[in-house]
Amino acid sequence: MTATTERPETTGTTTAPVLRMRSVTRVHGHGEAEVVALRDVDLVVVPGELVAVMGPSGSGKSTLLTLAGGLDSPTGGTVAVDGEVLGSLGRAAVARIRRRSVGYVFQDLNLLPALTAVENVMLPRELDSTPSRHARREARAALAEVGVRELADRFPDEMSGGQQQRVAIARALVGPRRLVLADEPTGALDSATGEDVMRVLRARVDAGAAALLVTHEARHAAWADRVVFLRDGVVVDSTGSVPGADSLLDDGTDDR
Amino acid sequence: MSIKQGLLALLAVEPMYGYQLRQEFESRTGGTWPLNIGQVYTTLRRLERDGLVAGAGADDEGHARYELTGPGLAAVDGWWTTPVTRDAPARDELAIKLALAVTVPGVDVRGVVQRQRTETVRALQDYTRLKRREPGGDERDLAWTLVLDNLVFAAEAEVRWLDHVEARLARWPAASAPAAAGATTSADAREVAR
Repeated sequence: MTATTERPETTGTTTAPVLRMRSVTRVHGHGEAEVVALRDVDLVVVPGELVAVMGPSGSGKSTLLTLAGGLDSPTGGTVAVDGEVLGSLGRAAVARIRRRSVGYVFQDLNLLPALTAVENVMLPRELDSTPSRHARREARAALAEVGVRELADRFPDEMSGGQQQRVAIARALVGPRRLVLADEPTGALDSATGEDVMRVLRARVDAGAAALLVTHEARHAAWADRVVFLRDGVVVDSTGSVPGADSLLDDGTDDR
Repeated sequence: MSIKQGLLALLAVEPMYGYQLRQEFESRTGGTWPLNIGQVYTTLRRLERDGLVAGAGADDEGHARYELTGPGLAAVDGWWTTPVTRDAPARDELAIKLALAVTVPGVDVRGVVQRQRTETVRALQDYTRLKRREPGGDERDLAWTLVLDNLVFAAEAEVRWLDHVEARLARWPAASAPAAAGATTSADAREVAR
């Protein structure tokens, strides 16, 4: 693990940010055709924290996610994952961080139909030269963690949508990866199954991962510790850290 | 609503006294709508006057119990078989506030919308945190989960409506002035998001 410039690491369970975005700007094109997709965004996600980004289409939320995952580079500002500033690294080093530290869950699951659940989950680890037997063991552990241990040897078309999404989450979490990036992970699932998926993601974050979730659905964003609102590429507001939920019932009778 | 309907439905289970009715009502709805005991007794007296409940004597500890009459039982059956009507919308402070915001000069409507959205999502986070506790197996846990879901979906609907209001404002020609005001406040708001 790499030490950050922010704070010296003392233990394995550090609270140093897993993701830190500083004044991040992304401009497409130039001159007349210039489009600012993201302007001056600051965002930090620490271990054990689920942050949701809400905004209408065109607000820049998907751009934010691709920048956080090193799939695109900002035109201004910096993105650091596990303390390493992506812009200061070569292509190969960024690719290595992407594979080792970052997991993605997309709306379209991208499970490979010719591979079983366990093979899908172990794939990113094998691409990262993890020995096959070790990768398989990790993959089984990840599947068990999201509650689909028994589906390990099934193919995607033998699973329900909710089960496939759990497998996709297991694939995003397998191995030592600590940052999960999710783009509308509940996609086309019905509301009860979508809630199960959010529960799984939440449990994984409570166990120490950091996650950034992009969604336009308030019901899913509400599983986050913090909700950030994006409009026209700018962060316009945030729910901040929230007081204990136990105050809910006591406050139920006031005149808000 | 329907304290009246609620009490009748509970009395269809068995005869109960006032305090017991209040406890049953609250435990089945997760304490979301607390009743005061005065309301319960006032309602029981009205129901008795209207012939829907009748005294059923006292229990061993001297509590005066009530039971359903025939018409009372029919009223409960009627409640289950009739949908709740929505024809007289409750006065909604937020709808009124926004209706006035777009008609009173000088109000930063987008600011009103965003502040409300943040607040409603915050409430949604509170409800969701309560949902995170794994529900137990009994029917009261199910009842409480359903009530929570109701709060969640209502808050979500409010956020969707706010999104819609915002989109409509953006398309409204006269709304260009408030749009500029919204841009100045957003720079301040960025500080909030660390």
